[in-house]
Amino acid sequence: MSIEVLKPGLLTTPQDRGRPGYAQLGIGRAGAMDAPALRLANALAGNPADACALEITLLGPTLRFRADAVIALTGAPIDARIDGARAPLWAPVRVRAGAVLALGGMRHGCRSYLAVRGGIALAPVLGSRGVDVNAALGPLDGRALRAGDVLPVGTNADDPHPASSRRDDAPSPPQAISPDWSLDFRPWFDGEAQRPLRVLPATHTCNLDAASRAALFEGTFRVAVDSNRVGYRLDGPRLALTAPLELVSEASVAGTVQLPPSGQAIVLMAEHPVSGGYPRIGHVAAVDLPRLAQRRPGDAVRFAATTLEEARRRLAEREHRLQRLEAAIATRLANEVHGGAR
Amino acid sequence: MAASPAFALEAMGESGLLLRFGERIDAALNARVHAAARVLRDAALPGLEDLVPTYASLLLRFDAAAAADAARMREVERRVRAALAAAGAAAQPIAGDAPARVVEIPVCYGGDCGPDLEAVAAHAGIDASTLIARHAAGDYRVAMLGFAPGFPYLLGLDPALHAPRLATPRTRVPAGSVAIGGAQAGIYPRELPGGWRIVGRTPLVLFDAAREPPCLLAPGDRVRFRAIDAAEFARLAGAAP
Repeated sequence: MSIEVLKPGLLTTPQDRGRPGYAQLGIGRAGAMDAPALRLANALAGNPADACALEITLLGPTLRFRADAVIALTGAPIDARIDGARAPLWAPVRVRAGAVLALGGMRHGCRSYLAVRGGIALAPVLGSRGVDVNAALGPLDGRALRAGDVLPVGTNADDPHPASSRRDDAPSPPQAISPDWSLDFRPWFDGEAQRPLRVLPATHTCNLDAASRAALFEGTFRVAVDSNRVGYRLDGPRLALTAPLELVSEASVAGTVQLPPSGQAIVLMAEHPVSGGYPRIGHVAAVDLPRLAQRRPGDAVRFAATTLEEARRRLAEREHRLQRLEAAIATRLANEVHGGAR
Repeated sequence: MAASPAFALEAMGESGLLLRFGERIDAALNARVHAAARVLRDAALPGLEDLVPTYASLLLRFDAAAAADAARMREVERRVRAALAAAGAAAQPIAGDAPARVVEIPVCYGGDCGPDLEAVAAHAGIDASTLIARHAAGDYRVAMLGFAPGFPYLLGLDPALHAPRLATPRTRVPAGSVAIGGAQAGIYPRELPGGWRIVGRTPLVLFDAAREPPCLLAPGDRVRFRAIDAAEFARLAGAAP
């Protein structure tokens, strides 16, 4: 089974959980920008959480399926058509051999995830099938999709519901496997709500001058046009330290808010360099980083202070909810196959 | 405890613990970072995903399960302190520790391989051959890798060879370029943009994702440069995997 790329979209990349364990060699973890959306796409497609799916940015690709497939789309609400008919989001969807999936724009948000049952089966590089665009590392020579690429799709060992198990003779419109249900996406996608992102203190938060500390939590920032998978640059109030700091490079983590001398804050994202020498004025809480990843250039960003205890508690709650949901989806998919064909 | 551990420990987001041994670029400080990294790599800390030594600090990055669990992170912190106290690693490199690996790197200096050699020599007030001799005589240490996969930041550059970065960085620096950026020395593992002064080029491949390990150099390694001519460069480049 494979998928042919007819049009690549703006920036479509294979992504999984990334490649932890190599940061000491200068190789970042990278991986999906909105990791919960990737996991839920995999769950809905019947894949393990760490399967490789496509991360789609702002404008989607057009893909031809060379065999029957089951897909799921999550993340930003994208215009999705299978042979011209609208396909549902946040649900498992059957795609027939030869069908063309045309993914268009997003009403809001920045990244959608397309999982295919069996996972995108490109050869892993250093343990990950994800592409680190900035480091030019990963399958496809570390680049985004191009027209003419052919993406192999794997087979899940314990596939409860093989895509080709039920065939009808007549071509049919896109068919949700269970037309009566889809996932409630609201806990997993912000939509137009612009809730503030919670920020933890960092090494140099206390070096901000009083006006800048106030602006960080009371001002409104906008995602700058040159934001990408490496970092989100924030237009808006310029921030300043009480005195300039000359720092020795230290390691960074995704979510670190850096302040270069220009005064324009940068939030480090999935492909951030493993180290950097700019002052660190905060860390976006792990639960809120996927929400930032869904903001597009021009979108508003506001911050609210949080504590390490609260951030850990929210992360635990989110992990718990995700795991429960993944288990519930797996049970449902398994029941449907045992419940027989409709 | 005889000596209180000479490092500060701070949280870096939910997932990171940063051990800071100092705030300077200094070989002795960096050696303590690498010693601590070795001790903690062997400490089997639960949930540890990445251990990142830099010049004067060490980041431990944990998975989401650990990051979400305050009690587990407190226990990790306790174990970090205990492991380092037991090893004395916070005070000095461990006695009887295996000596650092020495990697010899052949370099073709000047010409097309090192377009900034003359300018760096002029800045230092020496001639090109003296610069080559002094650069190749250095005993370097890989302080950290960063910037790009496999890019080594090297300690040990002769202070006379320190040279300011280019006012306008190059958009393309060839793979293998041996460079000087201020007081630091480094080698570009692949073609990259960069503002460091390029004095030579090595035919060795510093990073290859298909190789195990993917990087020629690891943190803590010692590096010696050896001057080669264009013919040897071509021969080694042809033989490079």
